[in-house]
Amino acid sequence: MTAWLIQHLRAIALTGRQVAVAPLSYLFQVLVIGVTIALPLLLYLTAQNLERLAGQSQADARIALYLAQDASGKDADLIAARLAAHAAVAGHRFISREEAIRDLKRLHGIGDLIDALPRNPLPDAFIVRARSTRSADIEALRAEAARWPKVALAQLDSAWAARLEAGLALARALAAGLAALLAAALLAVTFNTIGLQVVNRREEIEVSRLIGATHGFIRRPFLYTGLLQGLLGGLAACGLAALCVLLVNRQLPAIGALYSADLMARGLPLADLAAVSLFSGLLGWLGAWLAVTRHLWRLNPR
Amino acid sequence: MIELDRVGKRYSTGFEALKSITLTIADGEFAVITGHSGAGKSTLLNLIAGIELATSGQVRVDGQDPAGSRSALPLLRRRIGLIFQDHKLLHDRSVFDNVRLPLDITGFAPRDGAKRVRAALDKVGLLSRERALPVSLSGGEQQRLCIARAIVHRPSLLLADEPTANLDMDYAQEIVEILRSFNQVGVTVVVSTHDLVSLRMARPRVIALSRGMLAHEADARTEDTGQKGAYRPTLRRGDDR
Repeated sequence: MTAWLIQHLRAIALTGRQVAVAPLSYLFQVLVIGVTIALPLLLYLTAQNLERLAGQSQADARIALYLAQDASGKDADLIAARLAAHAAVAGHRFISREEAIRDLKRLHGIGDLIDALPRNPLPDAFIVRARSTRSADIEALRAEAARWPKVALAQLDSAWAARLEAGLALARALAAGLAALLAAALLAVTFNTIGLQVVNRREEIEVSRLIGATHGFIRRPFLYTGLLQGLLGGLAACGLAALCVLLVNRQLPAIGALYSADLMARGLPLADLAAVSLFSGLLGWLGAWLAVTRHLWRLNPR
Repeated sequence: MIELDRVGKRYSTGFEALKSITLTIADGEFAVITGHSGAGKSTLLNLIAGIELATSGQVRVDGQDPAGSRSALPLLRRRIGLIFQDHKLLHDRSVFDNVRLPLDITGFAPRDGAKRVRAALDKVGLLSRERALPVSLSGGEQQRLCIARAIVHRPSLLLADEPTANLDMDYAQEIVEILRSFNQVGVTVVVSTHDLVSLRMARPRVIALSRGMLAHEADARTEDTGQKGAYRPTLRRGDDR
């Protein structure tokens, strides 16, 4: 076994002893880091899930073309021909006013009320499926169709999704900003925690330096402490986020049922969880390095 | 070999602790640096150990300048055993763990390290106290513990700052005997002290400092030839000021 490996094993053992000396205090430090990271992580998760939801809606985006009340069958045939020839249209379906009123009676159980009407108020309509799922392309198709003769109204069912997408872009930017801010906070937390440990072990550091310890030897146990603290904090954040997803998923099916939708929030994939923990560990390591280097310099500039 | 060439040390307060000291201590020597308080004894040891930097002149230990490269200094210190006046023991660690520290620093395998630690503790008569905390040891035992820590990694040079200070005569004699035994196996020993009486039996080379300057040099062995108290005049010089 090389001296290098022995020194690393010794530093790891020392880190373990430090944790064992005050496990509760260590646990709370890890929890603080966990909560700190969980905040931007949850915001990111929320944005991811909403984005998924918006993506589904975009895929289902339909443009409804309602024809004017005075549109004839010939007018409808002309529009059908235009739609069939249009490059941006993936498909279309004609719904006659008679079919529409039948569906209305059947689906909503208001037949008596409709029968009481003097005439069918519904127009002929086309349901158009766009080829593209991009909101800008769909909107362009809608605007074009709205200008066609005998088209009274062109309605994009997923117009709300475009607004949601803009909101999500803002949420993603906020998550990134919050993550950067809280990464700085995590760095500060580790810096202070490890800084206190350095001060508490000042005597040992001084003696070690006098009998031949390098800065690397002195730093090593603190770096492992910071790394472990960050890693465990990252794992705690992932655990908290998973718990939140679990709790939300207990409520979502009930809300989804109200909108005839199958709503389920998704957690982060394993690779992302590993990345969050590693990033957090890295920040812990960096905070520890800064703290020890600063204190070593202050103890003795040589 | 320790070589000092016109070494001076002036503190930022303006106090000049050492003035142009030129001195050579050969390998295997037992040298005692003596002088009154403030004469520069501890400063001289600190310069040799690289704890402080000379403001003029050059210090060389085994051909290496302790003030040179920062990365080389730890390696130089691993060849030196330091015995401090205030012991600098880690009071939250056992006697065994205190002595093991220099071996941890050099990356010694735990099993081999334990053998060396016990050998060092046996040498200073503290083997039976290996599990004790330093606070439970007497002043003399703490000093012996400090010596065990200084010799466990088998240095070629031992620097001891007032190793017999605050010890009664019997304890002081024990410490000197231990230092002498290391010197007899070839370790260079440099001691700074007021207490020349305790060190007499080690028959050291005496280097006296006065007001930061080399005041007198003598060989304690001259006492055997009837030249009484070769270091007494040294003490008087210090006291004259």
